[in-house]
Amino acid sequence: MDRKQKEKLLFLLFRLCALIVVATLVVLVGYVVINGIGVISWSFLTEFPRQGFTAGGIFPAIMGTLYLIALVMVIAVPIGVLTAVYVSEYSDQPLIDFEKVRPRLRRLAVTLHLRENAEPKRPAKVKKTRKRGSQRLFYRILRIVITNLAGVPSIVYGLLGFGMLVIFFNMGMSLIASAITLAFLVLPLVITASRETIEAVPYSVREASLALGATKWQTIRSHVLPYSIPGILTGVILSISRAAGETAPILLTGALVLKQTLPESVFSSYMALPYQLYALATQYSDATRPMQYGSALVLLLMVVGLNLVAIIIRNKYRKKYRW
Amino acid sequence: MAVKVKSIARRRAFVENGIRYSFAAISAFSIFVLVIVALFLIINALPAFRVISPDTFFFGTVWDPTSPLHPLYGIVPLFVATLLVTLISALIAIPIGLGCTIYLAELAHPRVRAIMKPAIEVLAGIPSVVLGFFALIVLATWAQDIFDPVNRLNLFVGGVMLSAMMIPIMVSLSEDAINSVPRSLKEASYALGTTRWETISKVILPAAKPGIVAAIMLSIGRAVGETMVVVMACGNAPHLTFNIFSSGLTMTATIANEMGEVAFNSTHYYALFAVGLVLFILTFILNYVADILLNRQEERY
Repeated sequence: MDRKQKEKLLFLLFRLCALIVVATLVVLVGYVVINGIGVISWSFLTEFPRQGFTAGGIFPAIMGTLYLIALVMVIAVPIGVLTAVYVSEYSDQPLIDFEKVRPRLRRLAVTLHLRENAEPKRPAKVKKTRKRGSQRLFYRILRIVITNLAGVPSIVYGLLGFGMLVIFFNMGMSLIASAITLAFLVLPLVITASRETIEAVPYSVREASLALGATKWQTIRSHVLPYSIPGILTGVILSISRAAGETAPILLTGALVLKQTLPESVFSSYMALPYQLYALATQYSDATRPMQYGSALVLLLMVVGLNLVAIIIRNKYRKKYRW
Repeated sequence: MAVKVKSIARRRAFVENGIRYSFAAISAFSIFVLVIVALFLIINALPAFRVISPDTFFFGTVWDPTSPLHPLYGIVPLFVATLLVTLISALIAIPIGLGCTIYLAELAHPRVRAIMKPAIEVLAGIPSVVLGFFALIVLATWAQDIFDPVNRLNLFVGGVMLSAMMIPIMVSLSEDAINSVPRSLKEASYALGTTRWETISKVILPAAKPGIVAAIMLSIGRAVGETMVVVMACGNAPHLTFNIFSSGLTMTATIANEMGEVAFNSTHYYALFAVGLVLFILTFILNYVADILLNRQEERY
């Protein structure tokens, strides 16, 4: 077999691999859609379940999931985006500039009569200049922490949420405990996505703004952030879809199989789509199968829909801003 | 006038510093979260070792925490189940993922790529509970017909389904690595008269190796930590087995299954935290090494 034939054979194999991946997606989505589409109706989406999940609808589970992701975003987005801004814009500066603070501390000490008013005899130190983008310790720790937070298994977050929030802080099995747990989970995603887009804004934009006399914060607020909003939005939508589909953490922190009311406050338990699917599929009889298919389809549509929206936003703005 | 300018400058500096420090404080929150996760796991795992000796925990081959007379907490069966499931999914996902990556990065027509990349992202976005549901109802039945397994729900089913989760992670990460290889290397190789495959195998893949290894490690980390697929597809029988067609209980599934029924502050409760700690350390190491490799890939080009 000469090298041309070998190449052809191998490339055929690679094509096959790609085909398998696409086929997997088609089979998975196709199966859920074909079996679930017949179940979906207006009443299925707007009614409470009846007769042990064999009749009625999944309204409380949908609402529970929506409440949950809204809360998760309220917690995770501000923290995530601001951390990303700090990491990409401020981390090349020292957290505390001791050269500046030292004389002030000395003056304070003098006014408090803690020491004699004596100017230092040491010659002034030559100020070290740092290269742009050089990494400070805080930044390095932050980077390691962010990448490793992303890899912590979701069940471990669930364990944490259960032990710390539900029991130690006495929140009980509640929306808020689940929301905080999920916020921990998606925080690294929000940070990484925001950081990437913020750092993609070219340095010349910042320099132009600074040259006009704007301060650093003014530059960030009116130049860096507006350009990064689409990218940040993409990251946020992807994290929402992740939070909506996670089951393991909410399993331990507050989702119920059946609750006859919508959650009254953030401290009450709730029903959620992924947990309902899990519970019905593993603990209930085959009579609930239609509702399982229906829940799976609604969940899939929600998550895949969010993913597609994110991809569309990204592609649109990737064309618009080409640095 | 000068006084006014000075006071404005002072106010500006005040606002600037305030913003900088508050941002730093918020970033510190992320560090705080990881430290809390680690500390909390350790604090809650340690009491377990007051009752269970570390020897029986790490080398015990029986996990039977609900036995009224003589509960046993050996992590070995759970660890072996996790290992087997991960191994199965890695054996499927690594070759297919690699092939798919090479196709996507080097062979695919731009128009095909424009469709396939979002498709892979969507596959990555499918909730694990839906995958588990599919494995439970469809895949398990198929496997039953083809392989005639010991139990209908078994480690093999879970592993196969997990590979569907690993592949998209692997593909998108290793594609980044391949794309980071500079064009000039490729062109130099073609100029020497190599075929496309020779360029891919001798130039591009070696150059992208750290990134690809990191992608494999990260996807393995995901497989180790994945809960819903294994809890729904693997049968959850806590016996020590090396037969992939028999049911098994992984570490993640143990926590998910037993945490709900366990009494607070019991040995069992703490033992589950110990399992969580082992899981945390395992995935932390995988991620840390992968991060180092990714940095190496970035620095290289």
